[in-house]
Amino acid sequence: MKPAPFTYHDPRSTAETVDMLASLENARVLAGGQSLMPMMNFRFAMPDHLIDINKVAELAYVRVEDGTLRCGAMTRQRDLEYSNDIGARCPLLHEALAHVGHRQTRNRGTIGGSLCHLDPSAELLNVTALLGGTLHAASKRGVRDIAINDFAVGYMTTSLDPDELLAGVSLPLPGLGEGHAFVEFARRRGDFAIVACSALVGLERDGNIASARVALSGLSHRPLRPAAIERALVGQKPTADTFKAAAAEAGRIEAMADAYVTAEYRQHLARVMTYRALEQAASRAREKAYA
Amino acid sequence: MPDTREITLTVNGKEYRREVETRLTLADFLRHELGLTGTHVGCEHGVCGACTVLVEGRSARSCLMLAVQCDGLGVSTIEGLVEGGALSPLQQAMQDCHGLQCGFCTPGVLMTLTEFLREHTHPTEAEVREVLTGNLCRCTGYQGMVDAALLAAKRMRGEAA
Repeated sequence: MKPAPFTYHDPRSTAETVDMLASLENARVLAGGQSLMPMMNFRFAMPDHLIDINKVAELAYVRVEDGTLRCGAMTRQRDLEYSNDIGARCPLLHEALAHVGHRQTRNRGTIGGSLCHLDPSAELLNVTALLGGTLHAASKRGVRDIAINDFAVGYMTTSLDPDELLAGVSLPLPGLGEGHAFVEFARRRGDFAIVACSALVGLERDGNIASARVALSGLSHRPLRPAAIERALVGQKPTADTFKAAAAEAGRIEAMADAYVTAEYRQHLARVMTYRALEQAASRAREKAYA
Repeated sequence: MPDTREITLTVNGKEYRREVETRLTLADFLRHELGLTGTHVGCEHGVCGACTVLVEGRSARSCLMLAVQCDGLGVSTIEGLVEGGALSPLQQAMQDCHGLQCGFCTPGVLMTLTEFLREHTHPTEAEVREVLTGNLCRCTGYQGMVDAALLAAKRMRGEAA
């Protein structure tokens, strides 16, 4: 057997799940299993209790309410990919999902699982950071809202308490006039990105940049929103020179290194990806203005 | 005391009831408990795609699912593709296009493409290549598989012999 022994639990409701989390020691929540199961097969993760939330139907939903996209934590990436609401109102998320693993892993993998696994280059985490999402953590004590900026406390470590369950996430939808882009570089299609960049650009009537948002993954343990770069873009003309200057700044952000990829290479990719994302987002914003 | 459960599931249309240890993966359940060794196990951490099966019609890595999670569900494996003793159009096309060499990755490839061709009756080459990114082949290469998927789609539309 690949995983170490555990006791299996399959609750049917959020209430039942948080009861278990409050009472069981060394418990892990199993959602789509596309990250936790490999870790258990390698025995990096050896929970004594496995709480499988695949039968908690109330945690799987996609809703658009008051300009906000609300997703249950157990919503599978495939269901997000095929959601008409998301296709129509958040094409940015739709585009990002195409880079998440492969069809076979998106069929099982969930948005909540991806966020909780907190891989530094995870696409869904990047989009949540770009949109300034809020995570909803349920426990016996109630529901606690966590801003995405406060979610990562370290490398692959969330600020969820041991008795808390990520129940859902709320993503403020981009404005109708904003152009979007999601670009990433990976050695092979479907691999974790070395660097990913998403962007949202809005334009004034005179064609200048009204708003700009950028989220960069792969430089640090969590996606970065380079506030100075975003601010400097506002009021500028959306030209290649403007975006080259912003991209050059992105290429100067301190980057982590690992056994495979140097910090210098990540910085190079940050520059290239930022340029491409801004250029595409602005071009889409222009198309919307003319439409 | 190992943690066990009794599960009932349908594999390739046949119902099975077994008592399983809850940490048993679906891949090992199919191979060791049911003797369905057509599902191959490569990396056992969700990267290679050799163990791909269909769970309720959707492709999934059987090394990343527990058998206990399939209680009450329907699973399809490579053994279920044969139609009335004959190769399925996809299997026949794989043979005709030399889409396999050692055959280790083939069951996963066929299950991935089976799901894909159900939803894409007119696939493009780019779409086939995209869906095959989830299956690693280390000997034949992908050209024959891509040709086979396109030929199978054509034959299933009645446009090619």
